[in-house]
Amino acid sequence: MTRTLLTGNGAAAWGGRLARVDYIPAFPITPQTEIIETLSNWIDSGEMAGRLVMLESEHSMLTAAGGAAATGVRVLSATSSQGLLYAMEMVYTVAGWRTPFVLINVSRGLSSPITLEPDHNDVLAARDSGFLQIHCATCQEVLDTTLMAFRLAEDKRVRLPVIVNMDGFYLSFTREPVELPEAGAVDAFLPPFDPENIVFRASTPTSQAVAVLGGSPYSYFRYEMHLAALNALEVYDEISKAFAQQFGRKHDSIESYQSEDADILFVMMGCFATKAKAAIDRLRDAGKAVGLLRPRLIRPFPAEHMQRLLAGKRGVAVIDQNLSIGKGGVLHSELASVLYGQKGAPPILASFIGGLGGRDISAEEFFEMAEVTRRAVDSGKTPPPRLLYNRDELREIRKLQAVAHVERQELGEKP
Amino acid sequence: MSETETAFRRMKDLPSTHLLGTGTPMCAGCGGLQALHVIYDILGGKTVFVNAAGCMTLLSVYPFTPFRGSWLYTSMASAPAGAQGIRDALDILLEQNRITPEEDLDVVVLTGDGAAYGMGLSATSGAMERDLDFIYICYDNEGYGNTGQQYSGATPHAARTATSKGPRGFVGYKKDLFSIWAAHKPAYLATVIGSEPVDLARKIEKVKDLRGPRMIITLAPCPTGWDFDPSESIEIGKLAVKTGVWPLKEYVNGKVVHTKKPYPRIPIEEYLRRQGRFAHLFKPERNERLLAELQAKVDEYWEDLERSSFGTS
Repeated sequence: MTRTLLTGNGAAAWGGRLARVDYIPAFPITPQTEIIETLSNWIDSGEMAGRLVMLESEHSMLTAAGGAAATGVRVLSATSSQGLLYAMEMVYTVAGWRTPFVLINVSRGLSSPITLEPDHNDVLAARDSGFLQIHCATCQEVLDTTLMAFRLAEDKRVRLPVIVNMDGFYLSFTREPVELPEAGAVDAFLPPFDPENIVFRASTPTSQAVAVLGGSPYSYFRYEMHLAALNALEVYDEISKAFAQQFGRKHDSIESYQSEDADILFVMMGCFATKAKAAIDRLRDAGKAVGLLRPRLIRPFPAEHMQRLLAGKRGVAVIDQNLSIGKGGVLHSELASVLYGQKGAPPILASFIGGLGGRDISAEEFFEMAEVTRRAVDSGKTPPPRLLYNRDELREIRKLQAVAHVERQELGEKP
Repeated sequence: MSETETAFRRMKDLPSTHLLGTGTPMCAGCGGLQALHVIYDILGGKTVFVNAAGCMTLLSVYPFTPFRGSWLYTSMASAPAGAQGIRDALDILLEQNRITPEEDLDVVVLTGDGAAYGMGLSATSGAMERDLDFIYICYDNEGYGNTGQQYSGATPHAARTATSKGPRGFVGYKKDLFSIWAAHKPAYLATVIGSEPVDLARKIEKVKDLRGPRMIITLAPCPTGWDFDPSESIEIGKLAVKTGVWPLKEYVNGKVVHTKKPYPRIPIEEYLRRQGRFAHLFKPERNERLLAELQAKVDEYWEDLERSSFGTS
């Protein structure tokens, strides 16, 4: 075992290398590109076996990934944001092929306006596709999760592709100490992919992904996917135990921080949760019983696990780094559906939107969200959803608007 | 390949029974299926057909398939990328001795003109630039046929389609996909038609022995979309060749060679008036200007060819 400094992208590449992936269909996009460049350099220098092919789009990249996985090799690919959306037809399609492979998504806000920095609207657009989704908060987790994801995808009870998500910039470009597992230990944890019947071979002619006529066969195959995804809950727990035995690091489907004795909990995904933890430490210093739950597994959603962890809590502040336009936070809706009508469910489920397009969430804002939730608990009235934005930001945007207006007037146009 | 090397010199050299199963949902008289029969007879079942959305997607409907070999439906735009993934995976498995050479397959893309001329062009270009070892068959019925024959980039000038019902028909011109593909310098490229099965068989015979991108465009006379009786499908296909509307040619080693020159070329009118999609050129009165324009286009093609090659191609 070696300890080294790696970016999130570097950790993902190491995950692929240690998983001994056969095939990497690729297409560059910020902030993901470092992953495929790293893998490509290793293959070119002979440090790593495998083949990387640059496609002409993410749509083609996902098709090639599915085609190769359907032929029985281990496949890794990576994308982000607009790339994931450009590939979206194939995201749904290859999941339906039941081809097990791993797609790293480096989250980045979606156009418009076009931007580079992260939020989760990109990966959540794939929420209903049949891809399983695991969200990471540290570089170590990215590496570990990539290895776990292959085992999850390839499990006979699952056989679905998996997205491993990390936040762009904050994780993709941030160096953290990462323990690199020994190759032999990884081989013991993750044996070679046995595709069984997922192959194209001359001796066993196979039709894959054929059309169906009518709702009955269609429903059957869609239900099968759903049931396989639900199987992944149990399989995930097995895999996280096996991983902990092999490597000494446990990655539960929901990370829990200071939650046991907490009466108010933050619930959020991704690496901004580490900011929440720092805020919780200070809230604890001030004697406030606040904790954090961070679902790593988003699909399948660990509903029972979440119900158990939240049973008896007084208030929940769901912090969504995404925005379903015209509805609100996606995780908030997910939690509401999981908790409604459950015995012991927290009476207050408050919604906060923050961190869109990489906007920071400050410690003071975490304190305020905890306070708003506490007041709601005391009054018994759920507060309206909050869109985090502070006075300084508003002043800055007013300045930008003023510049835009002045320049437009300068060009002789009416303001 | 010279005349003496081919196994297909005349009709009786073609297989008398077909490998591709019968009873498919294709329309009666489908010119695309007619070509596919000959193609499949020669390529055989050690193939995986990678399909894009189109009429032929309905060849394999769960749990039936007419193919002896394998099949993968992808999407409308990305069948060549599916072929890339399968080919690369098979190569990896072969290199690492994880499968024996007997298990290898020819990877064959099967798309309509809607995919080939439009949405799938980028993926096709990418596959050719990466020198992918695959065969691409485009069955071209000159419109979005499976949805009721709306005009596409493959629709010929003046044709009536579901979205060009005016007196002039389709105002655009059929895209020269052959030249677009040829600009990529693929290993092989040919136009074919099911009604000229010997020419077709010889070209597929060549395709089978080559490596790299091997591209085939077959004109697919379409009773449903072109509005003619299914029994006339072969005759209309023959007329497409005899009038010079559909030149049979191949691109190999950087050169375009015409494999069947219509001589003497018969007037395009003979081809047009058999099809309902061109009926507005004849009724209620003859549209002499449009008919002359269509004839002039064909003449120009063949005259340019003779000027440029002095008959050598």
